[in-house]
Amino acid sequence: MRLAGFWALIIGALLLFGLVRLPLEKSLDASQREVHLRTATLDIGLREQIGQLSYAAALSGFRSLVAAVLWIQAHTAWEETAWGRMAGLFQSVTSLQPRSVLYWDLSSWHMAWNAAIAARENPKEPSEFLRLRAEREYHRLGREFLEQGIINNPDSYLLQERLGILLRDKFADHCGAADAFAKAAAMEGAPPYIKRMGAYELSQCQGREREAYDLLRKIYAMGKNEHAPRVIALINELEEKLDIPSGERLAPVPSGRDYPPFHDGEHGHPHSH
Amino acid sequence: MRRIAAIAAVTWTELVRMKVFYFLIIFALLVIGNSFFLAKFSFEEEFQMLKDIALGAMSIFSALLAILATATLLPKDIEDRTIYTILAKPVSRTEYLLGKLAGVFLLLTLAVLLMGAVFGVVLLLRTQALLHLTELEMQGLPAQELQAALGKIRRAGHDPNLLAGGIVILVKAWLLAAMTMFISTFSTSAIFTTISAFAVYFIGHLQATAREYWLASNESALLTKVALGLLALIFPDLQAFNLVDDIVAGTAIPLPILLKTVALGCGYIAVYSALGAAIFHQREL
Repeated sequence: MRLAGFWALIIGALLLFGLVRLPLEKSLDASQREVHLRTATLDIGLREQIGQLSYAAALSGFRSLVAAVLWIQAHTAWEETAWGRMAGLFQSVTSLQPRSVLYWDLSSWHMAWNAAIAARENPKEPSEFLRLRAEREYHRLGREFLEQGIINNPDSYLLQERLGILLRDKFADHCGAADAFAKAAAMEGAPPYIKRMGAYELSQCQGREREAYDLLRKIYAMGKNEHAPRVIALINELEEKLDIPSGERLAPVPSGRDYPPFHDGEHGHPHSH
Repeated sequence: MRRIAAIAAVTWTELVRMKVFYFLIIFALLVIGNSFFLAKFSFEEEFQMLKDIALGAMSIFSALLAILATATLLPKDIEDRTIYTILAKPVSRTEYLLGKLAGVFLLLTLAVLLMGAVFGVVLLLRTQALLHLTELEMQGLPAQELQAALGKIRRAGHDPNLLAGGIVILVKAWLLAAMTMFISTFSTSAIFTTISAFAVYFIGHLQATAREYWLASNESALLTKVALGLLALIFPDLQAFNLVDDIVAGTAIPLPILLKTVALGCGYIAVYSALGAAIFHQREL
């Protein structure tokens, strides 16, 4: 009887400690999530993708380790040009490590650039229609990776910049690209060239020429470093188009000079180099 | 205090003689081997995966060490009858238990420090090698471009947040050791202690989900609610210490959150030690 009482006391103490720590754990949990810690959700769909053992390992606190192993598998799939398997592995990796900007970025690049080109030039598919459809499908997949990545990493300028590049180069969506670059440029740590890239795209977005002109003038007014010949040339072009009074116009680019080469990071996808 | 320190020192020697540090060779081989294998990836991928694998391995090895080393301590002393010799001296059972635990904590601290040092050295060497290679490859290019490239490599290689990751891994290992010791005080064999500790380890990782469901759901049956409540109150929330996954992904841990997490771990350790001591006082040896 005494022993039963003692054990009741021990269990009671454990429960009491549980009650005391409950609000503390809840508050710690909320604070951790507020700064984007422990935000990954491991659902049943992921268990089917990665298998029971990997899922158990991920649940037991080894998410990053499982993600690294799956990424190596994806790399092997890349070497074998098994694009479908790669896409599935990328889904798993990004679900396990949603805060890794690198995984989202590379997954998108592999799909929208490598897999899309491979699909377009697939020698086993005689139908051009089907090849182009497959290419578009991979573009869409690449875009989805970036959009999901942005949802999980709203503080990453890099993913917004990559979305801008993707919309510009693969979807010819200049307005969307301009918006993505503008969002990226407004973020902490974003290099100054992103703002210019946004302005270049905006200048090609129909109906937003005035906005593009104002932005380019604003960039120009930022100082000599921003007096790139391409900025000046676009300002001149838009002045013509918008019929800006001659007194308010900017001096044109010296004749014989073409648009300068892009600065590092301003042209295609950086991983394509 | 002196008696606790003496028992801790003996426990430490005992564990070292069990050649537990041999796992460090496996860890070093894993990290060094991976660093060679991962060299075929881009430097960003390489560093990301090196951190993933090294910190993941540190978590696994420290958790295994904490549970397996602690589970054998009391049964071994009872079997060898050394416990009777110790307790026949003016040493209380609480001091004995705390001494044992301190010995394991010492072992875990050194193990995490050594693993961290191996990882740090490999990371440093890879960073230096990549910096040197980049300097050679970019010879003749504008200094600004070279500096930008080198800065990228340095940022990927040197991440001060990894230190916070090491601290969280260590606190979690201490917690697991204290929990295993608590189980050990009423267990009759090392196998039972080990299996129970691993079961608690897995349940502990699901505790947060059970707690959320228990607190949020209004529709569950009474029995389900009671079961979830007991699960949430009795088992530790080990997910709170799983910050390493986010650290390697580049998420910074603010100091107040790190301190709160460490404080929570210390709270668990204190309660498990106190309850373990209370049970050990009642136990017939």
